[in-house]
Amino acid sequence: MQPRSLREPEQLLFEVSRSGRRAHALPPLDVPDPPDGSIDPRHLRDRIEGFPELSETEVVRHYTRLSRLNFAIDLGLYPLGSCTMKYNPKINEVVARLQGFADAHPQMPERFVQGCLRLMRELERALCAICGMDRFTLQPAAGAQGELAGIMMVRAYHRDRGNPRKTVLIPDSAHGTNPASAVLSGYRVEQVPSNARGCIDVSELRRRMNEDVAVLMLTNPNTLGVFESEIEEIARVLHAGGGLLYMDGANLNAFVGLARPGDMGVDVHHLNLHKTFSTPHGGGGPGAGPVGVKSILEPYLPRPTIAERDGSVQLEYDRPQSIGRMRSFFGNFGMHVRAYADILALGSEGLRRVAETAVLNANYVRERLVPTYHLPYDSPSLHEVVVSDRHQEAVGVHTLDIAKRLMDYGFHPPTIYFPLIVKGALMIEPTESESREELDAFINAMLRIDEEARRDPELVRTSPHTTPIRRLDEVGAARHPVLRWRPPQGVPPGPAPVSSGTRRRAAS
Amino acid sequence: MGDAHRYIPASEADRRAMLRAIGRRSIDELFASIPANLRVRGDLEIPGPRSEMELLTDLKTMAAGNRPIEAGDQFLGGGAYRHYIPSVVDHLIGRTEFYSSYTPYQPEISQGTLQAIFEYQTLICQLTELDLSNASMYDGASALAEAVLMAERVKKRGRVVVADAVHPEYLEVVRTYLSSMEISLEVFGHGEDGKGDPAMARRALGEGASALVVQHPNFFGCLEEVEAFAAEARTAGAALIVVVTEPVALGLLKGPGAQGADIVVGEAQSFGVPLSFGGPYLGFLAARQPYLRSIPGRLVGETRDLEGRRGYVLTLSTREQHIRRDKATSNICTNEGLCAMQASIFMAILGREGLRDLARHNHAKAVYARERIGGASGCRIVHDAPMFNEFVVRLPIDAQEAVDSLGQSGIMPGIPLSRYFEGRDRDLLVCATEINPRTAIDRLVDALGGLG
Amino acid sequence: MTEGNGSYPADLKYTREHEWVAVQGKVGTIGITQYAQSELGDIVYVELPKIGTQVVAGERFGTVESVKAVSELYAPASGEVIEVNAALSDTPETLNQDPYAEGWIVKITIANPDEIGTLLSAADYRKHVEDEAN
Repeated sequence: MQPRSLREPEQLLFEVSRSGRRAHALPPLDVPDPPDGSIDPRHLRDRIEGFPELSETEVVRHYTRLSRLNFAIDLGLYPLGSCTMKYNPKINEVVARLQGFADAHPQMPERFVQGCLRLMRELERALCAICGMDRFTLQPAAGAQGELAGIMMVRAYHRDRGNPRKTVLIPDSAHGTNPASAVLSGYRVEQVPSNARGCIDVSELRRRMNEDVAVLMLTNPNTLGVFESEIEEIARVLHAGGGLLYMDGANLNAFVGLARPGDMGVDVHHLNLHKTFSTPHGGGGPGAGPVGVKSILEPYLPRPTIAERDGSVQLEYDRPQSIGRMRSFFGNFGMHVRAYADILALGSEGLRRVAETAVLNANYVRERLVPTYHLPYDSPSLHEVVVSDRHQEAVGVHTLDIAKRLMDYGFHPPTIYFPLIVKGALMIEPTESESREELDAFINAMLRIDEEARRDPELVRTSPHTTPIRRLDEVGAARHPVLRWRPPQGVPPGPAPVSSGTRRRAAS
Repeated sequence: MGDAHRYIPASEADRRAMLRAIGRRSIDELFASIPANLRVRGDLEIPGPRSEMELLTDLKTMAAGNRPIEAGDQFLGGGAYRHYIPSVVDHLIGRTEFYSSYTPYQPEISQGTLQAIFEYQTLICQLTELDLSNASMYDGASALAEAVLMAERVKKRGRVVVADAVHPEYLEVVRTYLSSMEISLEVFGHGEDGKGDPAMARRALGEGASALVVQHPNFFGCLEEVEAFAAEARTAGAALIVVVTEPVALGLLKGPGAQGADIVVGEAQSFGVPLSFGGPYLGFLAARQPYLRSIPGRLVGETRDLEGRRGYVLTLSTREQHIRRDKATSNICTNEGLCAMQASIFMAILGREGLRDLARHNHAKAVYARERIGGASGCRIVHDAPMFNEFVVRLPIDAQEAVDSLGQSGIMPGIPLSRYFEGRDRDLLVCATEINPRTAIDRLVDALGGLG
Repeated sequence: MTEGNGSYPADLKYTREHEWVAVQGKVGTIGITQYAQSELGDIVYVELPKIGTQVVAGERFGTVESVKAVSELYAPASGEVIEVNAALSDTPETLNQDPYAEGWIVKITIANPDEIGTLLSAADYRKHVEDEAN
């Protein structure tokens, strides 16, 4: 008999499935069965091939077991740089599920959903105040879609002035979504090199600025966690050449409540509610990517916009200069509720404290990790710090190994190998959610790993050792992609075979 | 600075100690790189801070600003569907290990999310009868836009043809996504019976196109002749994209892949995702094998670990923006992970028989409602093509007025088509699901019959 | 570079973008160098041109991918693709294991032999690689 441990790989739904099991029952049908032929038989299927058949208990156990194979912010520090993995307040989950919000159908006439519209209106107002912008659209479903909406507005603005222009300038340290969004908006991308401080070189920008340049997409603070101190001059250079300044607000957590993009000369920027405003990351979404604009871009906002008239909140569709719609309905409303709840809970003073603590925590980590870990850019850090594996490389231990070993110490690794301008980057963003004790534990783990790298590099190179599963063959996965389960060939339907390495069932 | 905030562990004493430990005199010093003139003076004009008790009261008050109508007395569809959500779904996605984790960049400690996505991909393939599914998109409309761009990348004809019975908001999103591209879009019409007309599609395809797009069941609720469109697309060398906004229908209907679709996209909100005033929802995107390298968004693949155990990883990432940057297949980064999990759990709970039963119930309620409303005084069923759970009624009065008037008495009878189509002032799109009891349908019939 | 002298066979010509070409009469066989494959790491996919494609010296004709990187393939010379190494679709690892023989990528008819003269010799290419690595 093989003992069953509490944490081991879980079979797939399809393998657990047994013919004839059910997890759901409908009430008796209270209308007549439709007549034969109400749907032409050639449209009908016999069954959904391979669809699982399970009892409720089995479904619950399956997903509960899967959940135990995940690390999560509620288990400990999750310092993914530029992802802002902060605590997700539980009250936000409660308010998003309030029946009035959760059951509101998006096709309801406006006067039946004033509560939802009011919330969106208030959130827009709050975001305008926090960011110093004139208007916000809440429609984009995620940061990348916000970027796309933002650059499309820029294009519409230039087109209305007679020339859509050709180029979007993007620093070499930018997120990959920036160039991808620019290209989707019909632009050519020109990469701007960073200077020795890791920032935009303003004289270089001046040299590249011409009437083909539509906009500069600038992440501030940038992906090194460094504030672009010359941002006002950058805005002046762009504006003087007829261009606009887009700010990628992914890193707004660094100065939320303390400074505002709108005051810096930014014309348009997105922000990620799942970063700065604590909505859950959900294992990879849903996010939300509202976009703020100055009044010059207001006519181009996605349709519909929200307006208040005579005490009622309305959706405005008649906006002829709008870039159109980015998605169906009005955006990820459930995320709007959570973000608004976060802003309410914090207030102006709390938001300031978010940025202050996030920056203090990052600097605390930096101070204690350097010089054990190489600091490629020594410019002042705001909310995140980027170190590299240069000191550990000599003993054959690389960033990937350090990241994997961190798991054995109970931490999620930082973002690795990004930004691209730092070889072997480890991008650490602790956020304001961590106590000094948690930071110390992380720092001590990092320092221990450096010692281990010198004493027993093999231990680090073969890590992790304590996770439910060891390093996976990503090369094999990419060479011969298996992207879905298929029934084992030649096996008749019935009890699924237990494949090697999957859950061993305790046999009596 | 006042007291510590409940979400932020660092107390004043902690802050002082940490500053001391790093040799800084003040928090302000850490922000020296932000020019002084850019610093906010005073407080922002936003509400808060609120205690949890106050916050809950505020939000409850706001939610109460909506005028509730019993779900059973609503007959709204049009891209968002009222279905019962088994309690298991919310219970499981409420597990913090799922919702407070992120994109599974580190597979060793993310197998829960990765395996759940792999299962989601499989379920979507089974449902649509296609080879590939990605890990989800933002919503059905943006999934369609991405599918059109994908077809264009492969076929490079610079032209797409779309049925006018595709959800108007989806069409608008496609127009937005194409607006900066050199891709033209042609719309073709539908017949009296409410179905798209393959002959019109043929004329619109003309010299050729990258994609032919139809919705099934279409926006008016009618089932489309997918096989006929597949034949037209094949002749023209175009990819057939089938949009499904109500995937419960696929409990009864053949997967569009089995009817010749090359790409199937749609909205999976029906599968356990709350209506939540339009989002978050989730788009699905499935395709035939040859689209493997052109597919946008994340993909999870099966592999083995060092000890030979089966496991899952994000794979084929070179298509994506973080590697290919300006040459990526899409700019999408985050998908709708948690919604995909909601949908998977829903499909697992319903299972093979349950989804079929659910589809049968939906169809039965809609057939009953359509027949009864068709017999109500002054009401006429506009299209006679077979439908699934939605249909269009022509009322004796303006549909917007009817909605206003019935709304007063606690019935939300449907969507006035004038919201989307000029000149269809008296047409109402009615949807019946398992949520609508017979008694509520009967009340709706009486109310509509009393309009004329 | 740690590789021995065999890393860059003397009978091949090289591009600065790390392709090699072996010329036999009018036919040029093209692949990527030992250095290129080791920099890329485990290759998982090769995007091949169709037979009959006209390639232009210095322009892109395909890509090779590892798990985390994409690298464009640039034609060392202009001409028409007459053969592609289809086996690479199933076993892209051949590019890592044997870049100069089994791991060849395409064969072209060389349209303009003068272009070959502008390519790097093994010694020049080695120097180029050493410069790039530093």
